[in-house]
Amino acid sequence: MEDTHSVKGLAHHFDDMEQQREAGTLGMWAFLITEIMFFGGLFMAYILYRSKYPEAFSSASGHLNWRLGAANTVVLIVSSLTMALAVYYSQTGNKRLLITMLVLTMILGATFLVVKGFEYHTKWVDHLIPGFGFEWHLAGDPQKVQMFYFIYFAMTGIHALHMVVGLGIMAVILRMAMKDRFTQTYHSPVEISGLYWHFVDIVWIFLFPLLYLLGAHEGH
Amino acid sequence: MEAIVDQPRVHYINKEYGVKSWLLTVDHKRIALLYLASVTLFFFLGGAFAVALRLELMTPQGDLMQAETYNRMFTMHGVVMVFFFLIPGIPAVLGNFLVPLMIGARDLAFPRLNLLSWYIYNVGAIFTLYAIISGGVDTGWTFYTPYSTTYSSSNVLLTGIGIFITGFSSILTGLNFIVTIHTMRAPGMTWFRLPLFIWSHYATSLIMILGTPVVAITVLLLALERIARVGIFDPALGGDPILFQHLFWFYSHPAVYIMVLPAMGVVSELIANFARKNIFGYKFVAFASMAIAVFGFLVWGHHMFTSSQSVYAGMIFSFLSFAVAIPSAVKVFNWTATLYKSSISYSTPLLYALGFIGLFTIGGMTGLFLAAAGLDIHVHDTYFVVAHFHYVMVGGTLMAYMGGLHYWWPKITGRMYPEGWAKFSALIIFVGFNLTFFPQFILGYQGMPRRYYAYPPEFQVLNVMSTAGASILGFGVLFPMVYFVWSMRYGKVPADNPWGAFGLEWQTSSPPPTENFKQTPVVTWEAYEFSPRDKMEILGLRGVEETKV
Repeated sequence: MEDTHSVKGLAHHFDDMEQQREAGTLGMWAFLITEIMFFGGLFMAYILYRSKYPEAFSSASGHLNWRLGAANTVVLIVSSLTMALAVYYSQTGNKRLLITMLVLTMILGATFLVVKGFEYHTKWVDHLIPGFGFEWHLAGDPQKVQMFYFIYFAMTGIHALHMVVGLGIMAVILRMAMKDRFTQTYHSPVEISGLYWHFVDIVWIFLFPLLYLLGAHEGH
Repeated sequence: MEAIVDQPRVHYINKEYGVKSWLLTVDHKRIALLYLASVTLFFFLGGAFAVALRLELMTPQGDLMQAETYNRMFTMHGVVMVFFFLIPGIPAVLGNFLVPLMIGARDLAFPRLNLLSWYIYNVGAIFTLYAIISGGVDTGWTFYTPYSTTYSSSNVLLTGIGIFITGFSSILTGLNFIVTIHTMRAPGMTWFRLPLFIWSHYATSLIMILGTPVVAITVLLLALERIARVGIFDPALGGDPILFQHLFWFYSHPAVYIMVLPAMGVVSELIANFARKNIFGYKFVAFASMAIAVFGFLVWGHHMFTSSQSVYAGMIFSFLSFAVAIPSAVKVFNWTATLYKSSISYSTPLLYALGFIGLFTIGGMTGLFLAAAGLDIHVHDTYFVVAHFHYVMVGGTLMAYMGGLHYWWPKITGRMYPEGWAKFSALIIFVGFNLTFFPQFILGYQGMPRRYYAYPPEFQVLNVMSTAGASILGFGVLFPMVYFVWSMRYGKVPADNPWGAFGLEWQTSSPPPTENFKQTPVVTWEAYEFSPRDKMEILGLRGVEETKV
């Protein structure tokens, strides 16, 4: 029993690497299920009020910058690719490319957040922050439009928070990679963090059309 | 701590000393004890609020406190008991201690997350305590909108933050159990050899990871609405209060099963071991846990029969609520069938288990009254409801928790509790409990609404009975507190397996070493395999020693 515990990266309470990898992966999947339920409450609120106040929601959505949103969607999809490649290079033991891909993923993630920051700033300038001097002079009941922006900020804000956490995780993984912690038999942290990264991307894939493209057919 | 100095063997308690060795431990057994301390503290805090409520209700008029204070008292009683005692109670204390031991693992899959969950619990607890000390909260534990988002001037935000944070400790515990049960079972410990305690904790964990995030986002939206004054739930601002009720009960009804499923797991262990018999219909009891977890998610609308929920939705929710009774009844029948013609020894843990069966049956049956939409409209928000859920929460969960603590006390501390005192307090608790809550069924049926500080004089006799019962119940729970602490120093030192049980947790020494087992056990027997083994011992074919792994 003792000899198995000298294996690099194996925690004391696991029998072997396989068991440890399985536990880590299942743990992340279970965590992602809780995340789906967490976002689920917000999607529920969105569905309810979108069907209740279609005009206000469409008008409010038309005021979002769908070009920036679309650009960010592309950024995140590419970051998912680099993340998947990072996992691949960790499995094949290619340290140099693993590090490159992790850095690229982080740069893309940061790009997303910067673009999001610009969008938020525009909303601040246009007095579109719910509860803080909200003003609306276009079509639609201002109260209902404010509800759209409330949901918009809640959803994208929590998503952005997940991106920040993701960047933190990537920083830890990058550090581990640079310190040669990963081997061809021990690379599950990269895979498990990858699951998280892809999940956060997928949430955005849902958020983009639901929030940005509602009013698009009206020629905005 | 000095108490165990005379036992030279190294185990998880005496391996290391000092505050640091406890606060930074990743040993699931020590974390269970940390949880035991926190949870006990909150149990007595919640109990203190209950005392205040029952004292006020001794007389029809408001003499001890007025409406505002009373509203705060029942809210804080509910918040503390539900979120800080009942939900973490059995899983975080007994579950944390026993899940790895019962499946033959050295620890939970994520020991550091386990410790983190205790810290998260306490951070949430501090927020809630601060909210309580700085004026309390008066919305009821259900935080119904728009009162909670717009009109209440009490500490809704702070309490909400406390509950939001504590929810994550519950999620982490559930996640840890699921992964541990899936990946860390000892060789030979197949799914159908698992103790039923493990099955019920698995079902509980599913609810924890699926339900808790929903209440988290609900509380978050509530807090945001309160801060930004933008409508999500307040109809005056364009929001929908029924959305809040749906989201809240989507978690909070399954949360009832978070409280009672682990209790059912404990009772299965107690019944099997004190009847010296395999649980009748093991697979049915195991699957009943899973069925309760699944059905439990589909019945939340029965809390909303009097809201503006559609009548047809109400009918479906009513039907599904009746359906939950089936797996619950399967369990009760199977426990009873297990006891039939078995060799029962009436030790304290079994007394609690028998108490559980009786009280849970009453609590469950009255639940069916409430699931019937027509009758529910008559007794909605009356003391009938209060009595019903206390029969399930106190008569069910608390009874099982006490029974479990007694049963595993020698395993946890290496000391025996005093049997005479324990039996005496079990009796006191049973009598006190029934005297407290049975009159409330009658009060509710006669129309006394819940959550009022005053009532018409004709209700006084039953209310005085209830208060008298509550004082007996209060003394009943104080006794174990005293003799448990006493026994840690003066209790008898029992054998490693004082009950002669066959669960893996009893196959290691008591208290167990930090790594739980000297070597990984290999399981070759079924769960609760009492009969053949007992027979073989009588025939002299197999000694008790051989059963040790």
